[in-house]
Amino acid sequence: MTRKLSRRGALTTLAGGAAALPLWARYTHAQTAEPIKVGFQVHRTGIGAAYGRWYDRTTDAAVKLINEGGGINGREVAMIAEDDGTNPKRGAEVVEKFANQHGCDVAYGTLFSHVVIGSAPRAGELKLPYFVVSEGHHVASGMLNRYTLQPGITDVRSQVLAMAPFVAENLGKKVTMIFADFAFGHDHRDYFTKAIEAQGGEVLAHIAIPPNETSFTRYFPKIPRDTEVLYHVMVGPSVLTFVKELGEFFGPSAPALFGFIDSLEAVDIASPGLEFLEGTYFWEGMCRDAQPDETEDEAFYRATVGVDAHGAAVEDPQDVSTYGHMFGCWVTMHAIKAGMEAAGYRGPQDRAALIEAVEAMGDMPHSRAYPQGPMRFNGRTHQVFGQQYISRVENGRLVRVHTTAIDESLYPDEVDYTQQPL
Amino acid sequence: MSERARVLALHGGLLVLLLALHFVLPPYHHGNLARIMVLASYAAGYNIVFGYTGLLSLGHALFFAAGMYAMGLSVPHIGTGTALLAGVAAGGIGAILLGLLALRTRGVAFMIVTLMFAQAGYLTILYFGAWTRGDEGFVIARASRMLWGLDLSDAAHRYLAALALFALVLGACLWMVRAPFGRSLIAIRENEPRAAMLGYDTFRLKLAAMAASGAISGAAGAAYALLFGYAGASFASVEYSILPLLWVLLGGAGTVLGPFIGTLFMFYLIDLSSGVTSAYMLIAGIALVLLTLFAPRGLMGTVRARLWRWLP
Repeated sequence: MTRKLSRRGALTTLAGGAAALPLWARYTHAQTAEPIKVGFQVHRTGIGAAYGRWYDRTTDAAVKLINEGGGINGREVAMIAEDDGTNPKRGAEVVEKFANQHGCDVAYGTLFSHVVIGSAPRAGELKLPYFVVSEGHHVASGMLNRYTLQPGITDVRSQVLAMAPFVAENLGKKVTMIFADFAFGHDHRDYFTKAIEAQGGEVLAHIAIPPNETSFTRYFPKIPRDTEVLYHVMVGPSVLTFVKELGEFFGPSAPALFGFIDSLEAVDIASPGLEFLEGTYFWEGMCRDAQPDETEDEAFYRATVGVDAHGAAVEDPQDVSTYGHMFGCWVTMHAIKAGMEAAGYRGPQDRAALIEAVEAMGDMPHSRAYPQGPMRFNGRTHQVFGQQYISRVENGRLVRVHTTAIDESLYPDEVDYTQQPL
Repeated sequence: MSERARVLALHGGLLVLLLALHFVLPPYHHGNLARIMVLASYAAGYNIVFGYTGLLSLGHALFFAAGMYAMGLSVPHIGTGTALLAGVAAGGIGAILLGLLALRTRGVAFMIVTLMFAQAGYLTILYFGAWTRGDEGFVIARASRMLWGLDLSDAAHRYLAALALFALVLGACLWMVRAPFGRSLIAIRENEPRAAMLGYDTFRLKLAAMAASGAISGAAGAAYALLFGYAGASFASVEYSILPLLWVLLGGAGTVLGPFIGTLFMFYLIDLSSGVTSAYMLIAGIALVLLTLFAPRGLMGTVRARLWRWLP
C-alpha cells in the first residue's frame, strides 16, 4: 500500500521531528548512543531507608542536571537502582547484578559501612568501579581495594579530627561520648578520643548504645557528673526518642552538647520536646538551614534537589532531609562525570582509565558540582577531604558558627591503593 | 529401575546438571548459583535437625556465623585449608554445646532457648568489635582465599568450590537418611517416646543430629566467607536463623533435595520481585502463605506425596 505525501503531512512530520530534536540531538556527537549506566545501590528498606530516600532524590536531581548539560562524554546517564535492604549479603548480590546483568559502567551510592564492606570485594573482583557515599573510614583504612572510591563525602576520622580543636577551645575538655554501638560509632570513639587528647582534653566515659535500642534512659545515669561536654552520635529510627529522652533526663542543667547531625538527620529540630537543643552544637557536612551568606552554588543545589530553606522537602515541610550527608551523592555523580570525561571513557574497557583519572583529581574548587565547599581528593587513599561545619541551634534553626579548613582534617595515609594492580 | 537406582539417578543427575550449568550459564546467574549452592548447604544442615529430627531450632545462625568467624579470623594465621576445617569444627562444637543445654527442653521452649543463644552469639560478635569489627565486619584478603593453588575469588573456581561443598553435603545427607542413624532420627521425629521405649538413646541421637547439622552449617558459613570475601555480624542475626527454616519449609522439610529447591526458589523470588517493587518481602511473604495453604509439605514434599513416593 502506498500513501501520497501531502504538503500538510510533510510539514507535520517535520514539525514533530523538530520538536523532538532537543531530546536526542544533544547526544549525537557521542561515539555511541548507548547511555552510560550507573548502578545505584540504594537503601530503600532496612535501617538506612530514611537516608536512602534522600540519596535517591539527590541522585535524581544530579543526573537530571548532568543530562540536561549534555550527559557524560555526550552520552545520556541512565540510573539503574536496586534496593540492597541495607544488608551486606544483598549488597554484594546487587553489585553482581549491576556488573553481570545490567551491564553497568560503574556502581555507586552506598551509605552504610557494612554494606560497603560486604560489597566491595565483589566490586573489586568484577573490576567494577564502586563509588561509595558512606562516610566510613573503611576506604581510607586500606581495608578495601583499588576499585572502591569515596570522592564525594569525607570520612569520620577526618571529621572528628577537625572537630576536636573547636570542642576543646569553646565547649570544654572533659568529654563523655554517647555513640551507636557499631563500627561507625566505634570510629567516632577511637578517633575522637585520640583527637581530644591531642588538644589537652580527655574522654571521661564511653557510653555505647546498641543499634536497635528503643529506650535510652538507663544509659544516661552513666554520664559522669563532672562532664563538661556530652558528645553524641546516633543513627537509626530511634534517634528522635534518643534526643527527647536526653532532654528529659537533663532538664535545664545539661552540660554543653556537641552532636553529629547524624543524631538528627531526617528529624525536624523544631519538633516538640527538642527545645532543650537550643544553644547546642552540631557537626554538619553541609548546612541544613540556608545561611545568610549562602553562595549561589549552594542555593542552586538546594533548589535543584527540591529542599526549602530549613532543609525540608519543598512540597512537604514535614519531610526533613538528610542534608548533612546527601550532598555526597551530588558530588560523587559529578566526580564520576569529571573522571569519565578526563579518561575519555567509552565503555567497560576504560574502567581502569577511569580509576586512574579519579585518582588524579586532587583539588576540586567550590562550584555547582561541589556546592558544600572546596574538596581535595587523595588518590592514594581514595578518600576525599573537605571543609567541615559546626552549627549552633538558635531559635530552632542551625546557624553555622565555625568552618574548619581542609588542612585541619588531614591525617597520614594508611594505604596507597595506586600500588595495587588494575 | 530399583529405588536405589532412581535415587542415585535423580540426585546424581542434579549434580551433573549443576556441573553442566557451569559451562553455559551467563555470568550473573552463574554467580547466583554459586551463592545458592552454599546457602543450600546451610539449609541442608538445618534440615537434619528440623526436617528429619523434628526439632524446630531458631538458633542456627550461631553455627553459620561460628564457621564464618572461625574461618575468617584464623585464616591469616593458619592457612586456608586449616581455617576451613576450623570453621567446620566451630559449627559442630557450638552445636554440641548448645545441644547439651537446649535439648533438655522441647517444643516452644527449645525454639526460645536456641533463639536466645543465637542472639547471645550475635551480641558477643558486636561486643568484641575490636577483633570482629562488629556489625561492619571485615574483608577476607584475596591472598587468604587461595586453596590448593586455586584462587577462590575467581568466578569459575568459586562455582566449582561451591559445587564441591554442595555435592559433599548432598551425598552426606543422602547417606545419612538411608543409614540406621537417619532412620532413627525419623523415628524420633515421628514419635520420640516410642523410639525411647524401643531402646534408642534419643538424647544422644538428637545431640548427634545437632552436631552434624552444626558442622554442616559451620562449613557453609566458612565457605561463604571464603568464596565471597566477607564476614559480618549480620550473618549471625536472627534473620539468618529464620531463613534456613523458610528455605526448608518451601522446598520440603525432610527431603534431601528440598533445601536446594527452597533456597533456589526464594533467592529468585526476591531477586526478581525486588526489580518490580521495594515491597519485595511482602511478595515473598504472600508466596510463603500460599505455599503453606496449598502445598504444606513444601515443593519436594508435595512431589513425594503425589508423584515420587520413593523420594528420600
